[in-house]
Amino acid sequence: MTIFDKSKKGRRAFTLPEKSVPEYSLPERFVRRMPLRLPEVSEPDVVRHYTELAHKNYAVDVGIYPLGSCTMKYNPKLNEKVANLPGFRNVHPYQPEETLQDCLQLMYELKAMLCEITGMDDMTLQPAAGAHGELTGMLIVKKFFDDRGDTRRRKVLVPDSAHGTNPASASMVGFEVVEIKSKDGMVDVEDLRKHLDDEVAAVMLTNPNTLGLFERDILKIAELTHNCGALLYYDGANLNAIMGKVKPGDMGFDIVHLNLHKTFSTPHGMGGPGSGPVGVKRHLVDFLPFPNVEKEEDRYRLTVPKKTIGRVRSFFGNFPVLVKAYSYILMMGRDGLEKVSEMAVLNANYLKKKISRFLRVPYDGFCMHEFVASAEEVFKKTGVRTLDIAKRILDNGVHPPTVYFPLIVPEALMIEPTETESKETLDRYAEILEKVVKEAFENPDVLKNAPHRTPVRRVNEVLASRKPVFRWRGEYEAGDRNQQGT
Amino acid sequence: MKHPYIPHTEEDIREMLDFIGVSSIDDLFSEVPVSTRSSLNLPKSQDEFTVFTHLKGISKRNADLEEYTVLLGAGIYKRYVPSVVYDLAMKPEFLTAYTPYQAEISQGTLQALFEYQTMVCELTGMEVANSSMYDGATALAEAVLMCFRLTGKEKVLVARSVHSEYREVLGTYLKTRGFRIDEIGYDDTGRVVLEDIDDETAAVVVQYPNFFGVIEDLEYVRKKTQNTMMVVVVEPVSLAILEPPGNFGADVVVGEGQSLGIPMWLGGYSLGIFATREKYVRQMPGRLIGETVDAEGNTSYTMILQTREQHIRRAKATSNICSNHAHAALIAAVYLSVMGPEGLKEVAKRSYDAAHYLQEKLEERGFRKKFSGDFFSEFVFEVPEDYPERWKKMMEKKILGPLPLERMYPELGSVALACATEMTTKDDIERFLEAMR
Repeated sequence: MTIFDKSKKGRRAFTLPEKSVPEYSLPERFVRRMPLRLPEVSEPDVVRHYTELAHKNYAVDVGIYPLGSCTMKYNPKLNEKVANLPGFRNVHPYQPEETLQDCLQLMYELKAMLCEITGMDDMTLQPAAGAHGELTGMLIVKKFFDDRGDTRRRKVLVPDSAHGTNPASASMVGFEVVEIKSKDGMVDVEDLRKHLDDEVAAVMLTNPNTLGLFERDILKIAELTHNCGALLYYDGANLNAIMGKVKPGDMGFDIVHLNLHKTFSTPHGMGGPGSGPVGVKRHLVDFLPFPNVEKEEDRYRLTVPKKTIGRVRSFFGNFPVLVKAYSYILMMGRDGLEKVSEMAVLNANYLKKKISRFLRVPYDGFCMHEFVASAEEVFKKTGVRTLDIAKRILDNGVHPPTVYFPLIVPEALMIEPTETESKETLDRYAEILEKVVKEAFENPDVLKNAPHRTPVRRVNEVLASRKPVFRWRGEYEAGDRNQQGT
Repeated sequence: MKHPYIPHTEEDIREMLDFIGVSSIDDLFSEVPVSTRSSLNLPKSQDEFTVFTHLKGISKRNADLEEYTVLLGAGIYKRYVPSVVYDLAMKPEFLTAYTPYQAEISQGTLQALFEYQTMVCELTGMEVANSSMYDGATALAEAVLMCFRLTGKEKVLVARSVHSEYREVLGTYLKTRGFRIDEIGYDDTGRVVLEDIDDETAAVVVQYPNFFGVIEDLEYVRKKTQNTMMVVVVEPVSLAILEPPGNFGADVVVGEGQSLGIPMWLGGYSLGIFATREKYVRQMPGRLIGETVDAEGNTSYTMILQTREQHIRRAKATSNICSNHAHAALIAAVYLSVMGPEGLKEVAKRSYDAAHYLQEKLEERGFRKKFSGDFFSEFVFEVPEDYPERWKKMMEKKILGPLPLERMYPELGSVALACATEMTTKDDIERFLEAMR
C-alpha cells in the first residue's frame, strides 16, 4: 500500500509554532489553484510506512552484497556520526569564507590524501558521482587539446569490457567512442596500437579491469597512448584492489576519477549520493573545475584554476560524503588501506577457487578484487538463465552478483566479495551458489519461477516498460476528487 | 594492527592462502609490475575515539548556523526538519542499499522513489518525474540537453535572473560542444523580458521564483515561447502556494530540492528535481521507477525504460548518469509525507509572510527594494557600499545576513538578497535590523 492509499483528509504529522509576524496576502493571480495532493497522515503512520518499506530492502547491513564493480563494502557507523556533526551539517555555502575555514581545511586535506593514494598532483572534489567525475575528466581532456589548438582529436578509445558510463561520458562531451577489443580478458595491445593515431584524445581504462584482471601490459599501454599524444584516463571503480600497492599515477595515468561511495565506504544510499573526485597530473592542473581549495599560509581559499573547464556542480560537491571518506581514511591509515586491498584480493581469489568447481571461470590466473563466472553451460544444458540463478539466490537470503556484465562474457556473473566479508560468509555464499547450480539441473522450474520467499515474487519488468506507470494514480478521497485540477 | 572493519584472523588468512594454493598474499599481486609499486605516505591507522575527537575538533571551529539568525538563502535554505524525517531516512536498510537492480528485494527503495516521483508531479504539475538528479544546476544542464535532442536545435535562451551557479554549470556542459547560450535580461520588476524568439532556439529557461525572489509571470513566458520548449527552474516549497509551472504548459521543470528536509551541508549533497511531459519520457535523463505486478499479480515496483540508459545504450545513452541522489529523494519523500498539503502550504506561507514583514521593516529604515515585482520569500534591497564588510562582521553577533550580490550582479550596484523561511521570527528580524543600524 502506498502512503497515498494510507492518507486520510485532516490528519497531520507536523505543526508550526505560534506566528510572530503578521500575515500578508499573495496576489490572487499567483495563488495555487491546482489542488496539492500530498498524503495526509499522522506521525505514527509515517513511521510505520517507512519502517515497513525498510523491511522490504536488502542492504549491506543485512548481509553480503557481492555486486561486481560496485564495491559494496561495510559502511562504518562512525562515518554517519561525523558527517552529522553540527559544524558540518549546519553550514551554508555562501557564508563568509572566513567562517568556513575548517570545512575547507577538511577538503584540502582529503584532496591531499586522495592525491597520495592515486599518485596525482591535484584534485577536484566537486563531481557528485563517478560518472560525473568521468564527465569532468573528459571535459578536461577536451579543453586541454582545444587549448593547444589540437582540434583533430575527436576520438576516445574504450575497451569492450568497459563500464557503460565510460562511453556515455565521452560522448556527452562530443567525442566519438571507439571500442577496443579484449584478448584473453586484457586490452588487446595490437588492436589498441592500430587505433592510436593523431585523432585520439584519450584512452579510458580501469585497472584492474572489469574482469577482475590486472592489465599487465599497462606500462606499454601508457607508453603507446602518450607516444601518440593522447591522454590516459583511469576509471577508479576498481581502486579497492590496489590501494597501497600501486598508484594509477605511477602506472602512467594522467587523469583519475574515484568513487568515494565504493572504495572509501561512504554508503551508496540506494543509488546515491556518491562522490567522484577527479585527480590530474601537473600538466592538467590548470584545467580543473572551479572552485578549487588552496592553502595560503594559514588560510584556506577558494580559487579559480587558470584555464578552468568551468563549474560542474553547484557549490562544493557532496560535502558530507567527503567528510565520511576523510574519516574512513584516517581510521584505516596507510596500513589499513593496504590491508583493504590485500583482503579484498584474497577474498576474491578464495571465492573464485571455490566457485570454479561448479561454474566456469573463463579467465585463468589470479584475479584482483573481483572475478567473472559464466553460467553459459548451465543455460545450454538446462535452459536456466543467469537471471534465474540470480533470482534463486534471493530465496537464500543473500544478494546475487552483478549479472550480464561485462558484456563480453556470455551469461556473466560478476562477483566482488570485498574485504569486509569473513571466510565463514564466503564459505556459506559458495555453498548457496553450488546448491542453486545443482538445482538448475535437478529442478530447473524452481529457478525459472524464483524467487519464492521474497516480499514480492518475480517482478514483471517487461510489462513495466511496455505499459509504464510513472506515478500513483489511485483514487483520491471523494472530497478531493471534486476539486481535482487538470 | 587489527582493523575494525576487516574480519580476517591470521588463521583465516593462512587457511585461505592454502586453499588458493599460494604461500603469501604477495603472490596474488604478482601481475602488478614491481617497478610501479610504492607505499602510501599517510598516517597509520587510528582508533575510532581518536578520529572522532579529531573531527569533532575540526567541526567545532566552523560556524554552526543552528545557533544563528539566518537571512540568507540563494538556493540553500535553513528550514525546520521534524525529527522523524531524518530518523526514518537514515535507516540502514535504506542508507546501505545499492541501486535497486534486483527488484524483488528492493521494494522498499523502489516504492519510496515511486512515491517521491508522484509527489514531485503533484508539486510541479507535471506528468512524469525521475527519481533524482545530482542537484538543481546539473538537472538544468540535462534538461537543456534533452531539449536539444528533442528539437534538433542548438541554442538556448537563459534568463539572467536564473541562479548564477546554474548558468555556470550549464555553460560547462554546453560550451565544449559548441552549443550556444544567450542570456535574457530583466526589467525594473525583476522579471524576464522576452523579445521575439528566433527559429534556432530550442528552449527558454526561467526560474520561478527567480534568483531575486521575484515571481515570474509564466503565462507571459508561455505566450512568448510558443515555438520553443519552456524550461522552468523551481524552488519546490514555493509551489505549495504558487500555481505550478505544469499548469502554464511548461515542458520541463527542474530544481533544487534541498529545502525538502535535506540539511544545508555546505550546499550538498542535495537533490536535483526533474519533471517533464509523458511524451518526452524516452529522452528524459536519469532513473525512473514504475509500477507493475509480480508473477502472482501483486502490485510491485521496478526500474523502467532502462533501454535509455548507459549500461545498455552506452555511447548512445540519453545521459551518463548512473549513481543519482536517491537517498536525498527519500529524505524529500519522508519530509513531504510528514508535511502533507496543509503543512507544506503553511511552511510556504510563513516564509512569504516573514519575508514581507522583513522587507517592510527594511523599507521603514530607508533600505529600498530593488525590484517592484511580487516576491515569494526572497527579495533584493539596496545597501550601503560598506555592506559586504558589515555582513562579515555580523557573523560575530551570530547573524548570517542577506547575501551581498556585487560579485554575481555587478550591474545592480550595492544590493543584497534577503531570505526568510518559516523559521524566521520577529526577534530574528529585529536582531538583524539592529545590526544594520
